[in-house]
Amino acid sequence: MQAYLVRRLFESALILLGITLVTFILLYLVPADPARQIAGRSATAETVQNIRDQLGLNDPFFVQYWRYLTALFQGDMGRSYLQRAEVSELIAARLPASLLLMVAAIVTELIFGLTIGIIAALRRNRPADHGLMIFSFVSISAPQFVIGILLLYIFAVKLGWFPIGGYGTFAHVVLPAITLGFLGAGWYSRMMRSSMIDVLGQDFVRTAQAKGLAKGRIILRHVIPNAVLPIIAMIGIDIGLFMSGIVVVESVYGWPGIGQLAWQAIQRVDIPVIMGVTMVSATAIVLGNLLADLVAPMIDPRIKTK
Amino acid sequence: MTGTVLTVRDLSVQVATPSGAKTVLDGLGFDLRAGETLCLAGESGSGKSMTALAIMGLLPKPMCRITGGSVRLGETELVGLSDAAYRKIRTARVAMIFQEPMTSLNPLMTVQQQLTETLLEHEACTRAEAPARALQLLQDVQLTEPERRLKQYPHELSGGMRQRVMIAIALACDPEVLIADEPTTALDVTVQAEILDLIRKLQRDHGTAVLMITHDMGVVAEMADRVVILRHGQEVESAPVHEIFATPRSDYAKELLAAVPRLGTAPPRPEKPGGVPVLEVEDLSVRFDVRGGVLNRVKARVHAVEGVSFRIDAGETLALVGESGCGKSTIGKALLGLVPWDGSVRVMGRQTRGMGPASMKPVRRDIQMVFQDPGASLDSRMTVGDQVAEPLLIHGLASGSELKDRVEHLFRRVGLSPDMMARYPHEFSGGQRQRVNIARALSLSPKLIVADESVSALDVSVQAQVLDLLQEIQDEDGLAFLFISHDMAVVEQVADRIMVMRLGQVVEEGARDAVLKDPRHRYTRRLLSAVPVPDPHRERPERIETETLGSPIWPVGEGPERLKLEEIARHHRVAV
Repeated sequence: MQAYLVRRLFESALILLGITLVTFILLYLVPADPARQIAGRSATAETVQNIRDQLGLNDPFFVQYWRYLTALFQGDMGRSYLQRAEVSELIAARLPASLLLMVAAIVTELIFGLTIGIIAALRRNRPADHGLMIFSFVSISAPQFVIGILLLYIFAVKLGWFPIGGYGTFAHVVLPAITLGFLGAGWYSRMMRSSMIDVLGQDFVRTAQAKGLAKGRIILRHVIPNAVLPIIAMIGIDIGLFMSGIVVVESVYGWPGIGQLAWQAIQRVDIPVIMGVTMVSATAIVLGNLLADLVAPMIDPRIKTK
Repeated sequence: MTGTVLTVRDLSVQVATPSGAKTVLDGLGFDLRAGETLCLAGESGSGKSMTALAIMGLLPKPMCRITGGSVRLGETELVGLSDAAYRKIRTARVAMIFQEPMTSLNPLMTVQQQLTETLLEHEACTRAEAPARALQLLQDVQLTEPERRLKQYPHELSGGMRQRVMIAIALACDPEVLIADEPTTALDVTVQAEILDLIRKLQRDHGTAVLMITHDMGVVAEMADRVVILRHGQEVESAPVHEIFATPRSDYAKELLAAVPRLGTAPPRPEKPGGVPVLEVEDLSVRFDVRGGVLNRVKARVHAVEGVSFRIDAGETLALVGESGCGKSTIGKALLGLVPWDGSVRVMGRQTRGMGPASMKPVRRDIQMVFQDPGASLDSRMTVGDQVAEPLLIHGLASGSELKDRVEHLFRRVGLSPDMMARYPHEFSGGQRQRVNIARALSLSPKLIVADESVSALDVSVQAQVLDLLQEIQDEDGLAFLFISHDMAVVEQVADRIMVMRLGQVVEEGARDAVLKDPRHRYTRRLLSAVPVPDPHRERPERIETETLGSPIWPVGEGPERLKLEEIARHHRVAV
């Protein structure tokens, strides 16, 4: 187990190293010039050139990359070009809000997705199943900003049940979490449905029936635990999906998370911040997958951590 | 031993199909008396499993429904019983064990959980007594190390052990009737013998009535007091077991019994002049790495095949027998280069060791394989004609009208009509599909066919026809066969020589009659004594008791001790 964990952490570190390189190359190739952004429209070519020199943007690619990497290993993510603050401080200030939103969204999508999937499978090919599957189809297809604005309009503006935006209380979390989890709920309900149907046809379910067990017990004890197994691996992958959703959802609800930070940084070519946010998201995805792989053997005794 | 516990009268079941309702059970009736064993025997599609599910009230809904008749358990009428009332009867009064022990237990629950759940549901004991009862049940089914087994999950147990757990669950509440649906079909023959013994013993001790469902007339002869033979959902014949075997009245029963291969009845093989060697294998070993640790290094190796040597001459059939996991299928795969191997394999004199895919291609023309599952080895989205033609195209041997002619010829050759070429696999029966597979294997005019359990999935009557076809092909073309099988009676029908394998090594080899009639190795004897014989008069031989087989997994650098074969008679060699 320990050896497994060490190996997986080592692998994760290698993956993150690869991501720094890829992201750095992409940002290097971007035609927008951060120096011009900093200097403003009216600055002379000379000023821009000075800023480039100061930021070290005129150095060859590998010199820049090496400088970033050595700093990163010392825990220094650089300084924002535009916000006069350390990137690590900017992220640290906003990360808790985003993590809260993500956890809330995972809980939301699991509750909705699994429940819908279970009901649909048990009512297979009946009106309830068809209705729920249309709903899940809509939730997969609908763009998040549309869902967000719709929920905001109905539940915050018209009904006044939830605050229109901001951060702080439980009521603030509800709408953003539902918006972010909506897509996942659709995916999970479809996966859970087909997984349930698969398990319902297995021999051991017939054995459970032959034992004379009550239907509720068969579903809860024999079918659902087996049907959930493929979903667990998905949750890890999901965190990656959230990272893109979070940018949209945080903008719609004015949620003070790293999604907003990323959005602003991208607009203004604030390279150190973009790098920082990317690294934090990548770490979250890698750790999420690792966590999913660690949880799986606890539920399924057939999986051994090798 | 008196009194009828289960009465079935006029039972009919229909299945909804896209082309309308189909009757799969038609007016079936029988009585099951306390303490006796009634066998429902028949080939696939005879409705025997449907009968079991109908009695248990487990017919798949909503596709199947009982359209008439009655099933009475003692005083209780089961047809039309409510779900809640049925639940109280299942396992408590009628219990069932299934064909597939590998998949019939919940993989996420321990043996103990699965046992106690049954006990508690039927209030057979209190929660506090349950663990002790569960242990007792495992002891009753003679599972080794019962205390440890309680804590284990199904995947940690072998097929035979799992079937014992299934029996323990079924007998948890001491039911009046035990339905066993092909309980040993998926098991090795020695394990089958043990499980059948166990069912007999438990039946004696508890006085349970057993309804045994099987396709295997050997099992019928060993287990049944009375037999009902089914075909297409109807009873063909019903009689005490001795009468069925001695004087079958119906034509179908006669045919069925005639088709059953019986060990020791095959005609002698014709003397074959020593032909040209088609295949020479020396010191063949196949090992699979087991990886682990921080750097994913090789930690151990599975020694699937260990130093096996043999040769097959043109026109000869060598049978490879042994139980699951002995490495017999791996040898077949190694010959075709489907798994990495060590040693020397010469096909028609050409050494294939170290050959890449390109140089292996012409060799593959000489060796072809026919697999166990005729359905799964065909592409369901390609016409059978195209599939038989494909090897010819790949090897660039024919095209255009010549290709068509050759495929037509191959179809006729295996007893199929060339009109069928445009059809898809699902339109064929199992036996026909296996004929398509054989046609595909023959398309390249190979010198050797590796038949890996090629008739195991077929009904006996179809099995006999396919075996006849293979024999015919051999007689005409002088083809050599490597016939891999677990079924001794089938092997006796086709083999010139037999090689018995255990844990990747050969323990005995020799001419067919030498090995089957005068087995010298303890393991060969055990295999032969376990084969169920379709003769109800036969005294059951003293079972040679189970030995632990050992494991083929060894740490890197170690390996099993190589067995030395000693020649005890001409061409009859036995491991010492």
